[in-house]
Amino acid sequence: MHPLAQFVQDRFPGAVTDVKEAFGELTISLRKDRIADVCRTLRDDPAWRFNLLSDVLSVDFPDDEERFEVIYHLYSIEKRHRVRLKARVTEDDCRIESVTSVWPGANFMEREVYDLMGIAFTNHPDLRRILLTDDFDGHPLRKDYPTEGKGWRNTFEFLPKGEGPSVL
Amino acid sequence: MADATEFKRPTGASDRGDFGVIYHQPDPAPDDRAVLRTEELLLNMGPQHPSTHGVLRVVLELEGERVLKATPHLGYLHRGTEKLAEGKTYQQVVTLTDRLDYVCAMTNNFAYVRAVEKLLGVTVPPRAEYVRTIVAEMQRISGHLFWLGTQALDIGAMTVFFYTFREREILIELFEKLCGARLTYSYYSVGGVTNDLTPDIIGALRAFLKTFPEKITEYNTLLETNRIWLARTKNVAVISADDAVAYSLTGPTLRGSGVNYDIRKAEPYAAYADVDFDVPLGKNGDTYDRYFIRIEEIRQSARIISQCLDKLPEGPVSIDVPGITFPAKDRVMLDMESLIHHFKMACEGIKPPKGEVYCATEVPKGELGFYINSDGGNHPYRLKIRSPSYVHLGAFDHMARGYLIADIVTIFGTYDVVMGECDR
Repeated sequence: MHPLAQFVQDRFPGAVTDVKEAFGELTISLRKDRIADVCRTLRDDPAWRFNLLSDVLSVDFPDDEERFEVIYHLYSIEKRHRVRLKARVTEDDCRIESVTSVWPGANFMEREVYDLMGIAFTNHPDLRRILLTDDFDGHPLRKDYPTEGKGWRNTFEFLPKGEGPSVL
Repeated sequence: MADATEFKRPTGASDRGDFGVIYHQPDPAPDDRAVLRTEELLLNMGPQHPSTHGVLRVVLELEGERVLKATPHLGYLHRGTEKLAEGKTYQQVVTLTDRLDYVCAMTNNFAYVRAVEKLLGVTVPPRAEYVRTIVAEMQRISGHLFWLGTQALDIGAMTVFFYTFREREILIELFEKLCGARLTYSYYSVGGVTNDLTPDIIGALRAFLKTFPEKITEYNTLLETNRIWLARTKNVAVISADDAVAYSLTGPTLRGSGVNYDIRKAEPYAAYADVDFDVPLGKNGDTYDRYFIRIEEIRQSARIISQCLDKLPEGPVSIDVPGITFPAKDRVMLDMESLIHHFKMACEGIKPPKGEVYCATEVPKGELGFYINSDGGNHPYRLKIRSPSYVHLGAFDHMARGYLIADIVTIFGTYDVVMGECDR
């Protein structure tokens, strides 16, 4: 097992659900309630120092029991290594803890996930839509979001054409 | 203040004066100052503001001229690139990446094809690696020149804009000779690049590099010790090294605070391991330091290009593997198998193995990362673009607080934001 995966497993017994190494990248899957703790530990631990949060994103697997996957890409500027953390979220309980307390830069990244995939982040300071308008219906990056046919914009009311100036 | 208290209301006039004006009624306070009412002002800036380089709206909470809070409202340029990519083949997505950061389309192409190549596990020929490096560095120069011109223009120095665009034009003409487009290049392809550098282009590039250092000095004479430039950039948008990392800043914005993180050095790709170049670092983390870093990066890019031109190996500029690259056009015209191969590539495209990769590339603005999740089909199951502009705007509020309204323009500029990439 990769030493980092071993480290996480020793420090957080029962939190690691899967470890995978592929394409030269390490992926550690975690239980969703431990994600913020693991992130904080990995950031502060002198052996690993994952101080830069590269990205937060999500993937939708509609056929899976736990439908959504939230992915964190971490990088250590000092040690020059990367890791990918993952946590699964179900559709019924579509929430995961925010990592904004660990990295304030996660604010916008998590808002984007919330906006486009509809996953809520608990303890997020300002969880609002960011790329789409506030009255937008649905979360377009979900696989069941229709890409064809009539949609939200077809519900816009047409303004009646004006009669023009009465005197020319 | 004196005027306010000495102002006499017209006798007999109602509170709402004859002209529909509400007269200010001073309280009978002993101190004149007590009559002044203060409150926070909410000011909307954008989306149609020239300094936002696109369409970005910021709601500013002000106390006088000081910014208390700045809330960026994004999404005016959201085109759903990530969703679009899920319905396109891997080669078709290259054209979508052109439209992300439309100022530096070459490096976007590069970042994307690197991610796909990582997924496929292919290595490109040495000449292709060098050509890719040369073109990416040309793009970095033109991107930084664009930044310098527009940033100076926003602050009020118009001349610099004409100077930098003069050199940028030379580079863009070279790109046009190379691939036929001036902005949306789609030059990099999975497995290599689409066209080779011709002797004509190499000659023009060498001629450009010969005179270029003088040109950089020329820009610097206009700005380096310019009092207005100093006053507008020194100690503006200061961010400490720890904060810069905590806010996930990358690229020149991060290096301005003295953090040494350049992906070209940390995880060398293409020909960066073979060439000699320095990573400039700032000290104060202000806009002036970032300006200096970008100027220095232009110099380093010129160094990289000339070293690559000297070492440029011979050979093909793309791999030739059925199922990954298109067959050469002359063969398609002559033999049946190549025609079938071409047809299959156009219809089916590349089918990478199942899996997921994240590949980060140093683009002029910072770390551009592509996450690709493949289910083994011919289009990405999920494509995520980690764009530096978007992440940088997350730190906007933190960096804008306490500065003057006029500095907001500088703070936009300091990240080198392009909204096409930010909103995707």
